[in-house]
Amino acid sequence: MSEIVVRFIVGGFVVSLFAVLGDVLRPKSFAGLFGAAPSIALATLGLTVHRHGNQYTAIEAKSMIVGAAAFFVYAAISAWVLRRFTPSTLATTIGLLPLWLVVSGALCAFLK
Amino acid sequence: MIEANLSALKQTKLHQYAIRFLLGGVCTVIAGLIAKRFGPVIGGLFLAFPAIFPASASLIEAHEKENKKKIGSDGTIRGRLAASMDATGAALGCMGLAGFAATIWKLLPRHNATAIISLGSVVWLGIALCLWNVKRHRVFRNF
Repeated sequence: MSEIVVRFIVGGFVVSLFAVLGDVLRPKSFAGLFGAAPSIALATLGLTVHRHGNQYTAIEAKSMIVGAAAFFVYAAISAWVLRRFTPSTLATTIGLLPLWLVVSGALCAFLK
Repeated sequence: MIEANLSALKQTKLHQYAIRFLLGGVCTVIAGLIAKRFGPVIGGLFLAFPAIFPASASLIEAHEKENKKKIGSDGTIRGRLAASMDATGAALGCMGLAGFAATIWKLLPRHNATAIISLGSVVWLGIALCLWNVKRHRVFRNF
């Protein structure tokens, strides 16, 4: 239970920190880099190393490459949809989230 | 030119900060629970989940609309384009994210964790900055 609380607080703090950087920096395309900062990873990797060791964490990191590739596809398509069509940003970015799941799942299955 | 506009902090309302903290915390907890239940291979995927991207991008749209409204214009299109630029930046950041993960994957088993996670962060920033510079000079014209 205490580990969940620690993860929640550390995760909330680190993610918020990168989000604030994204808010204040200009131009927007540069600030956008912080939207794909390793915020969740930075919040959890230390705890994972402490609990499971370096080898286990390295396996997680290997999978994270696949997750990052899926994030790339998701972000690039989101950018294109927002430029090309007229839905709201929230609808577009939430509506496309399953794409991340599909691409990461497909890549993971393909690389197995 | 890269600059910091600190007045943007005042535009973000307290509940918007709270939502992002909550989303970040929840996503981090869920990533940990998934790793615990399904193992490190599936759990690792969620370390690159676009946790707060929808909230951040819609916040950018809202701020742009608000700014345009102040001068009496409709900022709908401008807001969406700003969110699109943010998403393009995030796509470039993803390549840095992959670099971060690759650094940890290759070096962590044989080296000190703090040093490698720090190195991974530098790699992330380095790749993201290089790609952003390339994009800024319009090498990828259609991206």
